[in-house]
Amino acid sequence: MRPRARASLAALAALLLLVAGCGSGSGQADNGAETGTLTVLAASSLTEVFTELKKQFEADHPGVTVKLAFDSSATLAEQVNQGAPADVLATADQRTMRSVADSDGTDGAPRTFATNRLAMVVPAGNPAHLTSFAGLDKPGVSYVVCVPTAPCGALARTQLRAHHITARPRSEEVDVKAVLSKVELDEADAGLVYVTDAVAASDRVKRIDIPSSKATLNTYPIAALSGAAKPGLARAWVDLVLSERGRQVLAAAGFGKP
Amino acid sequence: MTARGPALGRPPALLLVPAALAVAFLALPLVALLARTPWPDLPAQLTDPAILDALRLSLVTSLAAVVVVVAVGIPLAWLLARVDFPGRALLRALVIVPLVLPPVVAGVALLSGLGRSGLVGRLLDDAFGISLPFTTAGVVVAHSFVALPFFVLSVEGALRATSQEYDVVAATLGASRWTVFRRVTLPLAGPGVLAGLVLAWARALGEFGATITFAGNYPGTTRTMPNAIYTALQVDPDAAVVLSVILLLVSVAVIALLRERWFDQAVQGAERR
Repeated sequence: MRPRARASLAALAALLLLVAGCGSGSGQADNGAETGTLTVLAASSLTEVFTELKKQFEADHPGVTVKLAFDSSATLAEQVNQGAPADVLATADQRTMRSVADSDGTDGAPRTFATNRLAMVVPAGNPAHLTSFAGLDKPGVSYVVCVPTAPCGALARTQLRAHHITARPRSEEVDVKAVLSKVELDEADAGLVYVTDAVAASDRVKRIDIPSSKATLNTYPIAALSGAAKPGLARAWVDLVLSERGRQVLAAAGFGKP
Repeated sequence: MTARGPALGRPPALLLVPAALAVAFLALPLVALLARTPWPDLPAQLTDPAILDALRLSLVTSLAAVVVVVAVGIPLAWLLARVDFPGRALLRALVIVPLVLPPVVAGVALLSGLGRSGLVGRLLDDAFGISLPFTTAGVVVAHSFVALPFFVLSVEGALRATSQEYDVVAATLGASRWTVFRRVTLPLAGPGVLAGLVLAWARALGEFGATITFAGNYPGTTRTMPNAIYTALQVDPDAAVVLSVILLLVSVAVIALLRERWFDQAVQGAERR
């Protein structure tokens, strides 16, 4: 390796160390209120809502930084069960939350704060000229869904069966945002996502409602975690989500009432 | 080599201790994985058609990727090592980029280039009706993209290590440049080519991020072992562990086999020369 290359490598390493050192500060303010970082794990479908509520929460609690981590509910629940440091968990279905609650991972019983339903999205250009959910059965239409073990995949399977659609999906994505991005990128003719995802991406995809989707709702539970480093802030976050303000943000994003 | 030991003295602790730490660091997660494995479940998983599908797909696509990588990688490595042309350093940098790219970004980049509405993918779709995402061919493309740099760098290194004088001698004896490449350059770089081959194959076999992003995740067509492991992790972490161990065993078995069959021959061949 030439000396110049070695020097730039060293600089890079130093930079990485600097970055790694940042953002770990936390502590207790003089007045007893908790400050520092509150870590909230949430299902990926909550990305927009929780990002919005984070602004509100940080304005209400000076000195507090909310760290949001979004992933599939199953992954998050598994992380909590494996002892990942987190204060709040919000999932997109009851089953994954139950796996945490059953092993005493939650601080009190989880509370349901929202519902969601399935919708179909097509790319803005609608390459397969789809007008209805039943159109998925047309030959040559490529559509993607969530993997059946994920809540959105289970809903998709139920709806496809109910509408006697026999055409197979082209891919089973591990979470709903991956389905959405396949449609946004125009790689699939259609995708089955949550109504809220369709709302969030309304400028990039077209939404086609699924008749009867209201009959199969997903309910979203939230809970402060028993292993929370900031139990007070964790409860305050849960309260904010359940508050009138929380409901407004949820409704604007397309979520239904519990 | 053994004679050097006493003359140089004992290896210093300043080197031995960090080296031992490195070994522990590499071994611990693997040992923990093996310790967590529910071994009695292994036979049942090995006969599960879904697992066999994923395993078969993984082997087929990773081997296909190796073929692609060798076909275009050897000429590229030769070009970088043996031909002096302007912009060579830039080209080498370009070859290394996929190496540092996060695999998910590689997947997005592949979609932008070869996706149905990608830069070149759109032309493929319009002209031939070929769309790579969601197909097994798409998996091979993703594998090849991430594995190619490993192979090219390894072969280029081997080519540089062997002196160009042999090439020159062969040329003065009347061999054409193609003959020199085929009969002199390539055989001399043999061990490097084999090492690159194994590296590229291992990288392809373990490839996850680019594959799931570019090619998707469907049983039988695009759900390779790593995709299956990630999918299983969503519901049944124990099943994911079993799958990981299967993948681990397969790769260890293949590498051991290669050592027996090819490496030894290559090394012996090199020593004879």
